[in-house]
Amino acid sequence: MALLQISEPGLSPAPHEHRLAVGIDLGTTNSLVATVRNGVAVALADERGRVLLPSIVRYRRDGGCEVGYAAQAHQAVDPKNTIVSVKRFMGRGLRDIDHIENAPYDFVDAPGMVQLRTAAGVKSPVEISAEILKTLRARAEASLGGELSGAVVTVPAYFDDAQRQATKDAGAVAGLNVLRLLNEPTAAAIAYGLDNAAEGVYAVFDLGGGTFDISILRLSRGVFEVLATNGDAALGGDDFDHRVFCWVLEQAGLSLLEPRDARLLYGKAREAKETLTAHGEAPLTARLSTGEFVDLTLKSETFCSISHTLVQKTLGPTRKALRDAGLGVADVKGVVMVGGATRMPEIQRVVADFFRCDPLNNLDPDKVVALGAAMQANVLAGNKPQGEDWLLLDVIPLSLGIETMGGLVERIIPRNSTIPVARAQEFTTFKDGQTAMSIHVVQGERELVADCRSLARFELRDIPPMTAGAARIRVTFQVDADGLLAVSAREATTGVEASVSVKPSYGLADRDIERMLRDSVEHAKDDMLARALQEATIEAQRLQAAVQAALAADGELLDATERSEVDRRMSELSTALTSGDHRAIKRAAEALNRATEPFAARRMDASVRRALAGQKIASFDS
Amino acid sequence: MQSHFELFGIEPGFALDRVALDHAYREIQGRIHPDRFAHAGEAERRASMQWTTRVNEAYRVLQDPLERARHLLELNGIDVAFETNTAMPAEFLERQMTLRESLEAASEARDAAALDALRADLAIDRKRVETQLAARIDQEKDFAAAASLVRELKFLERLDMEIESAYEAIEA
Ligand SMILES: Nc1ncnc2c1ncn2[C@@H]1O[C@H](COP(=O)(O)OP(=O)(O)OP(=O)(O)O)[C@@H](O)[C@H]1O
Ligand SMILES: [Mg+2]
Repeated sequence: MALLQISEPGLSPAPHEHRLAVGIDLGTTNSLVATVRNGVAVALADERGRVLLPSIVRYRRDGGCEVGYAAQAHQAVDPKNTIVSVKRFMGRGLRDIDHIENAPYDFVDAPGMVQLRTAAGVKSPVEISAEILKTLRARAEASLGGELSGAVVTVPAYFDDAQRQATKDAGAVAGLNVLRLLNEPTAAAIAYGLDNAAEGVYAVFDLGGGTFDISILRLSRGVFEVLATNGDAALGGDDFDHRVFCWVLEQAGLSLLEPRDARLLYGKAREAKETLTAHGEAPLTARLSTGEFVDLTLKSETFCSISHTLVQKTLGPTRKALRDAGLGVADVKGVVMVGGATRMPEIQRVVADFFRCDPLNNLDPDKVVALGAAMQANVLAGNKPQGEDWLLLDVIPLSLGIETMGGLVERIIPRNSTIPVARAQEFTTFKDGQTAMSIHVVQGERELVADCRSLARFELRDIPPMTAGAARIRVTFQVDADGLLAVSAREATTGVEASVSVKPSYGLADRDIERMLRDSVEHAKDDMLARALQEATIEAQRLQAAVQAALAADGELLDATERSEVDRRMSELSTALTSGDHRAIKRAAEALNRATEPFAARRMDASVRRALAGQKIASFDS
Repeated sequence: MQSHFELFGIEPGFALDRVALDHAYREIQGRIHPDRFAHAGEAERRASMQWTTRVNEAYRVLQDPLERARHLLELNGIDVAFETNTAMPAEFLERQMTLRESLEAASEARDAAALDALRADLAIDRKRVETQLAARIDQEKDFAAAASLVRELKFLERLDMEIESAYEAIEA
């Protein structure tokens, strides 16, 4: 047994080699960054000791921008260039966004994802989010005293593929090595579960500024298994603000406000809402640019009645998640409350009523997601020795399907499948000699394509010409551990790889990301090159270290020829590293990667066999 | 290709040693899951994803009585033929009619409690078919009879999905 355990994969690094890894909660309202320091997860503060960074970016005429409190200060005076709640726009088209008419921005209806025209030019939500991530990255690097090796960025569990991809792209634009996209309620469950040594079935109820998630998890002996998740990617504290805002307009007899007045009243609406958490009523006063004066008092009961439907809206997804998990209320041991909006007494009451138990509020609802993400980042970075780490089994929140005849959806991967997951589907040609075919991938639970989210249209090309119906094109849908979809295709009778050209219905081509990266390094070309070289070098060194560790552990899985091939590629990479040419380094790293593919597959195979052998021995012992 | 049972090192059979399956699944995942390779090279990350995908699929099949039975029949060279073979015992069909009528009534009345009751009934029906399946497959090795039971189970599963839609319609 002991012998087997030394040669584990997972590769805990030598003790001195602690990799700097962080967890980032990229929230609708607030964002924050946390790390594990001396075994404890801590949120990192800015130079003034503040942990929360308001998710607000303001663009200036000179092309620069400010983020957080500095941007917040301009909210009311420069609403058009001061972007709040940008998360609501991630991976979303103009038509998908609620209450867009109240937003003071100059929207550009780009295909797929909406863009915003600002004083500093047209910006995509990805770029705007990247500014927030960059600020947090700088904070973390200053505080930890070094380059980050990787980051876990959290997303609402109910985010679809488009929204996840946009978040990952934002990480790339911010120069982060995104180790994983982690679902926010899962992150909270990690933090809660580890702090409390919790075992059993728990629900995580996460109502933030812009999103609502409900996840049902089973925690048992270091395994966090998500049984089901559901939610509403457009329901959060913002919507309560909106209800109060509308109430103010009605009460004060206002209509058609200046953008700055709208912003002002939104701010007042939120303040009043938050005040009501601890008080029976809240004053709501404001002087508008028109000279009009708003002087109202919002009573708790009034607030409850105007927001009643929003509160009820959380219950539908909650019921669905429980049913999907195949469980009843009585099976749930505790409900972990996450997100600032769960502070509202009415939410607390409804959750307590529904689950027939007192919700768990012992964690700071603002920080818990970031802390859990930091713990996971620490594991992914390999900073935890095997045995002390845990296993996280998460699911895909929404079904994936394809369009069939009559605009109907054929489901390929059902929601709540444990990821990574893949499913293959066979298609055939309907014309003689047909060499291309298009496939439309959608995400969602509805039967009609029109009611689901369009993810991408794929064009399959290079299908070998055959008679109609003879070709068998196997299309594989693979969802990775980030919950992101990739598609590949192959003609089964000839084995010919059909090429898949993706036209995302949303989002960005690689070209766009490159451009944003370039734009974000506002300086000279030299800097760009320096940065490309630095990134290629870090990546290559990481690869070298990984291959070395793998060889040390399982070198015997290679025969002499294979070994010498790997060794040769290793030394070629070392040579390339001294060249100072980022392209040469990338090429050599790719070659090494290819050379180690069979080795990697064999190691995985060996790991499975060892796992079973270990199990046999364990059951023999007992 | 290895059977899903072999992958987890457990004996093929409809009656499942759930403890052994869960244990093997966790042991394997603990070693190959992508979270163990987030910092490794691309080749290893890819291999890890592919293997984990395979293990997840096998686990899904074995956990689910319908899929497990189908897999066992496949291993014994029997195609369940959901699409082509739709013959069902009259008694079974009659029972289906009754269940469907209750579903319609519950939907119309928007009665979630009635749906709960229907689902509980359905669960009992499913258990009964599963018990029969275990006997046909594990003891009698009567795979043709088992195939017919698997088709019944599929019927019940569809009904279950319709119940779910009914809940959603009520809640919407
Ligand atoms: N005391 C309070 N009473 C009521 N609501 C509050 C209180 N404190 C904060 N909130 C609300 O919580 C919301 C912000 O919560 P949080 O910071 O968890 O969201 P987020 O993480 O930025 O958003 P998301 O997770 O949806 O992306 C805001 O709508 C805010 O008004
Ligand atoms: Mg949040």
